[in-house]
Amino acid sequence: MRRLFPHPLMSIALFAMWMLLNETVAPGPALVGLVLAVAAGWVMTSLRPTRSRIRRPGVILRLALHVIVDIARSNLAVAQVILRPRKDRRQGFLRVQLALRDENALAALACILTATPGTAWVEYDTETGWLLLHVLDLIDEDSWISIIKQRYEQPLMEIFQ
Amino acid sequence: MNHAADLPLWAAIPVALLLLLGSGLALTGSIGLLRLKSFYERLHAPTIGTSYGIFCVLLASVIFFTVMQSRLVMHEVLIGIFVVVTTPVTLMLLGRAALHRDRLEGKDPTHPVEQREAAE
Amino acid sequence: MTVALLTWSLLAAQLMLGAAMLCATYRVLKGPRAQDRVLGLDTLYVNGMLMLLTFGIRSGTTLYFEAALVIALLGFVSTAALAKFLMRGEVIE
Repeated sequence: MRRLFPHPLMSIALFAMWMLLNETVAPGPALVGLVLAVAAGWVMTSLRPTRSRIRRPGVILRLALHVIVDIARSNLAVAQVILRPRKDRRQGFLRVQLALRDENALAALACILTATPGTAWVEYDTETGWLLLHVLDLIDEDSWISIIKQRYEQPLMEIFQ
Repeated sequence: MNHAADLPLWAAIPVALLLLLGSGLALTGSIGLLRLKSFYERLHAPTIGTSYGIFCVLLASVIFFTVMQSRLVMHEVLIGIFVVVTTPVTLMLLGRAALHRDRLEGKDPTHPVEQREAAE
Repeated sequence: MTVALLTWSLLAAQLMLGAAMLCATYRVLKGPRAQDRVLGLDTLYVNGMLMLLTFGIRSGTTLYFEAALVIALLGFVSTAALAKFLMRGEVIE
């Protein structure tokens, strides 16, 4: 099984995308999609991506829910900053020491932080684990650090390790 | 616009509201691009449009075409997934590129003294 | 009733998106630095894609959807390439 489907998740995602684009469940397009998805899995093997184990689907769901709620909240916060600028707003860079080391988990964290308006991932040092963030509304540095560490880093460590 | 005459009112109201909300969010993000002072602040503005702005317009489109053609139309989900996955990547690349260029010119924006000056 | 509601909300949405595209265009033209222009371009194509989706609802055809998908794909690739270019001065290393 592993030899035939080296990257099962990616193959499934590709197949689903193919069926969505075709908008049918007819056997012809499904067959082409299946062949493409399996072939793409083999091609991926030669790229040698770093593998990580994904566990705890419950934690994934909870994290996804948190992210959706947080993005909605920070959408409102950033819209307020733009439409009604406050004089005392402080923007700036923030350094966080991450304990997360798995590459795919870091990619997920980067996507979460950048997709959230108000925080942007700027630089990460792979050797020391220091992350440089830019925050639009930097009220309290310690509370931002604890939000990132507890709300996002902790569940990601549970999922990927 | 006559093709929409057979759209029931219960579907037209959410479609209209979602359209207005989504484009309003996209407009807010773009105004932010004008009003915010430094590049790193402006980096945050487009994410409003690409998170819930796009989500609202796509949802309006899904509702409209699903009700009109009386079958589930999920094409828009693809655009949604694609934009959600790609926007952070481009913004991260842009942020790093800007930092790299600033450092090349000898102005490191992460330096605490300059950070205070930028805030004032 | 529904036609009027949809027509007016579509018009308002398209006006807002047009204004958003103007803001992004201003940032592309004004700069002041290259990264600002690239960021403006990125916002411009996202707003353009939303505009195409509203046109799709107005005309009732799914044809506009394909165009929006192409814009999303090309926009991502071009912004990533431009950012890479800003960082290193070359696209392919």
